[in-house]
Amino acid sequence: MIITRRQMFGLTAGAAAVLAFNPQLSFAAPDETEAAIKAFTGGATPTEGTVSLDTPEIAENGNTVPVGVSVDSPMTADNFVESVLILADGNPNPAVATFHFTAMSGAADAKTRIRLAKTQNVIAVAKMNDGSTFIDRKEVKVTIGGCGG
Amino acid sequence: MFSRREFLMAATATSALLGSGMAGSWSRLMAQQSLTEDQLLAIEPTGQLTLIHITDIHAQLKPLYFREPSINLGIGDVNGKPPHVTGADFLKLYNIQPGTPDAYALTSEDFVSLARTYGKMGGMDRVATVIKRIRAERGADNCLLLDGGDTWQGSYTSNVTRGEDMITVMNALEPDAMTGHWEFTYGTDRVQEVIDNLPFSFLGSNIYDNEWDEPAFEAWKMFERGGAKVAVIGQAFPYTPIANPRWMIPGWSFGIREEDIAKHVAEARDEGAEVVVLLSHNGFDVDRKLASRVDGIDVVLTGHTHDALPEPVIVNDTLVIASGSNGKFVSRVDLDIRDGKVAGYAYRLIPIFSDVISPDADMASLIDEVRAPYEADLARVLGKTENLLYRRGNFNGTFDDLICQALLEERDAQIALSPGFRWGTSLLPGQDITFEDLHNACAMTYPAAYRSTMTGQMLKDILEDVGDNLFNKDPYYQQGGDMVRVGGMGYTIDPDKDIGERISGMTLLATGEAIDPAKDYVVTGWASVNEATEGPPIDEVVESYLLKNPVVKLPDNQSVKLAG
Repeated sequence: MIITRRQMFGLTAGAAAVLAFNPQLSFAAPDETEAAIKAFTGGATPTEGTVSLDTPEIAENGNTVPVGVSVDSPMTADNFVESVLILADGNPNPAVATFHFTAMSGAADAKTRIRLAKTQNVIAVAKMNDGSTFIDRKEVKVTIGGCGG
Repeated sequence: MFSRREFLMAATATSALLGSGMAGSWSRLMAQQSLTEDQLLAIEPTGQLTLIHITDIHAQLKPLYFREPSINLGIGDVNGKPPHVTGADFLKLYNIQPGTPDAYALTSEDFVSLARTYGKMGGMDRVATVIKRIRAERGADNCLLLDGGDTWQGSYTSNVTRGEDMITVMNALEPDAMTGHWEFTYGTDRVQEVIDNLPFSFLGSNIYDNEWDEPAFEAWKMFERGGAKVAVIGQAFPYTPIANPRWMIPGWSFGIREEDIAKHVAEARDEGAEVVVLLSHNGFDVDRKLASRVDGIDVVLTGHTHDALPEPVIVNDTLVIASGSNGKFVSRVDLDIRDGKVAGYAYRLIPIFSDVISPDADMASLIDEVRAPYEADLARVLGKTENLLYRRGNFNGTFDDLICQALLEERDAQIALSPGFRWGTSLLPGQDITFEDLHNACAMTYPAAYRSTMTGQMLKDILEDVGDNLFNKDPYYQQGGDMVRVGGMGYTIDPDKDIGERISGMTLLATGEAIDPAKDYVVTGWASVNEATEGPPIDEVVESYLLKNPVVKLPDNQSVKLAG
């Protein structure tokens, strides 16, 4: 019987296969993530809170990880969320998405699915219309799977 | 089966046999032992509502031996706290005398001699007797029977009937609700078909439809019992699609989703719930953390990690109840509800001593009926063991070593991997190994025993990954099972370290040489979560091995070393 390592190995997440079998693949340096945050905030260090990420603790499938973000804001003409940047600090390219809002959006909520190459932090940075910025950070584990129970 | 009187005599006789070889204090206690059904069920009746909890039966219809772990490490904040206390420390913590029935039921101390004295535990006919007696005493309208899941899987008969034997038996017990984990390994269609026909609710607050990210199961249900409104929220095993094959349930996503539980607690209170119960398959440490973070849960009936604790652990005004596994125990929680809230409780972890608790006749005949078509197979003797065979514990048990040895020889490999499941029954020295016993250790829907090559680095990655699922400092990242079992290879583990740093000293036992990260090794294993894994089913592998090696003699595993 011949099966490939990938089939047999018990990898739940295809994305983990990238890690395990393409070690030459380069991953984002922490600086790259920090630089992306600074570029988004105009150099300011964002404050913790106000924005919150909804991610699984452990990804069921690293190829498609549901990520939700919401920002606590009245979303009025005077006080609203302009944009939310999503980063994944362990991917080859940390940039995932930027969501843009206006006061007309009603609520600053967004959901998407992202690919995670390995266990890493997902980061959300929210920028308000007054220029203030907020950050949340959640670790999402990408695991081989199996053997539990 | 013994009558009660015979049981007393057996206890006396054994203690006489052990004679001067044993510590005098506990052989005398044993001699004084005269258990009765009334004593086992004894509790000071309290309040007006009774919760009856049973979990992780793993399809064990008949009385069995199940050795509790001798090693069950707690990491970080929970180090040294229950359930991470074993053996003599456990006895000391709960003030249990060595050699007593409780010591036998709850720990691994002197397991073999106490098992010979006190006999098998469990049996769903005995469980039925206990449940009927509680209902008779308290009034059926004042009781809720809640099944924590891992009910339909774990035996030959459950596997060939896709859970039907257990569903038939449980339906006769008339539970009020259940949640699940291994149930899902029968696949979406089977689970859906069964749930559609269940005469009670299958609750799963944390099960979502993958496509639309919407709740896929009934999350919670309100009951009126004991004159009170009682909300039961169901929580399935959060990591089912990771620890078990995702391809079998492609449409469902799980996860802990504690914010959903908080939402349901609020909904239930808004609708007038005086008592909120979480019927959970999270595992003990996950539930302990969850109870500390989500307010307003009165009782967590926890499951999955197979812990049996004689007292509740109280966290943030929440009683966390751990009711053991394999039908060894039934929990009774009496609640006193005053002014719309829980004002007092009484708890009894009822040990099901099969020689003391009389079997319920109706249930006994139902069990015989569901097993009848398979009895000839089940009783077939495959071999005999000269030592205790068991699995439960953080690292290799002797039953795992038997499976690994069979894999190495039958699949002609250098290294064997066997999953760290917490189910699987124990066999005493001198016992026959029957077809049923073997299947109790490996009955599942993805049993293929693969054979392939892996580099030393891949082997290390696997050990590190599974080690982190077990020993992550944050319980929300733990998956519950025990460490993957290894044959043909030794290693050292430091559970307190982080992922990537726990495993060292990997050694190929055949030659004594260190595992080379860059070198390929022939590896065999079973229970891969990947679709289309090829190989003979694990039970056939072990059966074939036993045919050639019918007498099993395995010392306790020495090849896994604990550091730190």
